[in-house]
Amino acid sequence: MKNNQVSTTIFLAPYVILFTTFIIIPVTIAIGLSFSYFNAIERPSFIGLDNYVNILTQDNTFMQFVLPNTLIFAVIVGPGGYILAFLLAWMLAQISKVPRTIMALILYSPSMTAGIAMAVVWKIIFSGDEAGYLNSLLISMGFINQPIQFLQSPEYLMIIMIVVTLWGSMGVGFLAMLSGVLNIDQEIYEAAYIDGIKNRFQEIVYITIPSMKPQMLFGAVMAVVTTFQAGAIGVELSGQNPTPQYAGQLIVNHLEDFGFIRYEMGYAAALSVLLLLFIYGFSKIAMKLFGEKDN
Amino acid sequence: MASFHGSKINPDRFHKSQLKFYAILIPISILMLLPIVYIFSHALKPIDELFAYPPRFFVQKPTVQNFQDLVQNSNDTGVPMSRYLFNSIVVTSIVVLFTIIISTMAGFALSKKQFKLKKTLFEINTLALMFVPAAVTIPRYLLMDEIGLLNTFVAHIFPLLAMPVGLFLVKQFIDQIPDELIEAAKIDGANDFQIFRKIIVPLVKPAIATIAILSFQAVWNNAETSTLFVDDENLKTFAFYMSTLAVDTGGNTVAGQGMAAAAALIMFVPNLVIFIFMQSKVMNTMAHSGIK
Repeated sequence: MKNNQVSTTIFLAPYVILFTTFIIIPVTIAIGLSFSYFNAIERPSFIGLDNYVNILTQDNTFMQFVLPNTLIFAVIVGPGGYILAFLLAWMLAQISKVPRTIMALILYSPSMTAGIAMAVVWKIIFSGDEAGYLNSLLISMGFINQPIQFLQSPEYLMIIMIVVTLWGSMGVGFLAMLSGVLNIDQEIYEAAYIDGIKNRFQEIVYITIPSMKPQMLFGAVMAVVTTFQAGAIGVELSGQNPTPQYAGQLIVNHLEDFGFIRYEMGYAAALSVLLLLFIYGFSKIAMKLFGEKDN
Repeated sequence: MASFHGSKINPDRFHKSQLKFYAILIPISILMLLPIVYIFSHALKPIDELFAYPPRFFVQKPTVQNFQDLVQNSNDTGVPMSRYLFNSIVVTSIVVLFTIIISTMAGFALSKKQFKLKKTLFEINTLALMFVPAAVTIPRYLLMDEIGLLNTFVAHIFPLLAMPVGLFLVKQFIDQIPDELIEAAKIDGANDFQIFRKIIVPLVKPAIATIAILSFQAVWNNAETSTLFVDDENLKTFAFYMSTLAVDTGGNTVAGQGMAAAAALIMFVPNLVIFIFMQSKVMNTMAHSGIK
């Protein structure tokens, strides 16, 4: 028995040590710093809830741009991308193997591209002069006469950010859902039709989704992560932080603006705690929807 | 069964009832594919085609000029591109290898061993699936400073080794290995390390392949460790070099565009090749990926 404990410790130790050091401790430090004033030179001094109070009451940029932007972006890219991933997986599962594999690969491949690498490509496609691909296309088709400064105009930046992020969001979660749909026992469907299910929609709601809840939940958590990880996209596309008229400013950018440009680390830490709470909240909703603990 | 007219999941061959799915899937796939095709096409364009107006999507006379420029450009800035690539390859290999070992070991313990806090540990890890490194950039920087890893080669490596999603997937996969198999090996006198090496590792190869891909993508595409933790140009990675091109060119200088597309291609192709080789193993792992 003694040996058993020793080996368990050896198996677990590397992961637990690294996990604690690079995930748990940074989160703990962020929480600690969020209650202090810290300019990266002097020692942090405790100021209670001031940072949070300031974010909610003094920080006009946050309330006026960052929070609404983050919410819009998160709601469209998160649930939107998730539903899209599910529908694509569901359709893919109903065609034969070879075309399915090819198309799954195509849909997954954007998620393999690095954010920065793609930013370059998007910049060329959405370039603001006539030589930009989208501008050139729209001009030649007669929709517009003047090239549009897509990445520098507040009214387009957010839409482009959402499109680009959705494009790259068919990742691990999508693959999980695809194999989830594929592994549902055919007999369940047959039984359900005998029990009176009438159409495709009922089939999805009553059979497909409940039969693959665990994959749905995994997909949902991955969707939340992808959404918030994509935070840098606005800055990458427009090439500036803050983004033009704060049009594409998300919490992550606001955080970097304060942390690395203004060196208000305590304030930035409070923003990161809010961000983590945000992510946690979104995932909790997903757990409520697809968790199996209720039954 | 005559009354059954529902979904045929995973059909063996084409049937015209599938046409409606093709009608939606093919256009979407083409749209998704366009930017990828565009990287290939743009990376191979000679300078006059990069300048061409109106711009053309496909390359007419492919050339490797952009790749040569890319190498030249980095030589001019003092650090040869081979150095960035070398750093990237070394960092990536080490991270992928150790992530596999560490996650599989921990996955084995979490799945098949009994110990205190086992459930708690797994729940914390499941919670950490949602962990977004960008949220704690600053504390991570302070921490790296404190433990003296700033400006070292291993600064690229350590922060990426613990991968919650990797542990999660491998643990779920090991869960379906029957306990009897392990008991039988124990009776034959095998210790935990032998069980791990002779039974677990061979059986969880699909999950290992999946961790390898995920961790490869995470490291190979990672420019943040170079930006944040390392000052010495000689220690930075190719992803970082790529990101400086993105900043310098701003999408306006035409020669820069070609180079940036060439670099984007070098970033993307290894991901693609590895995934194509391992895709069936990945799908196998994903079948067990659910959170219960």
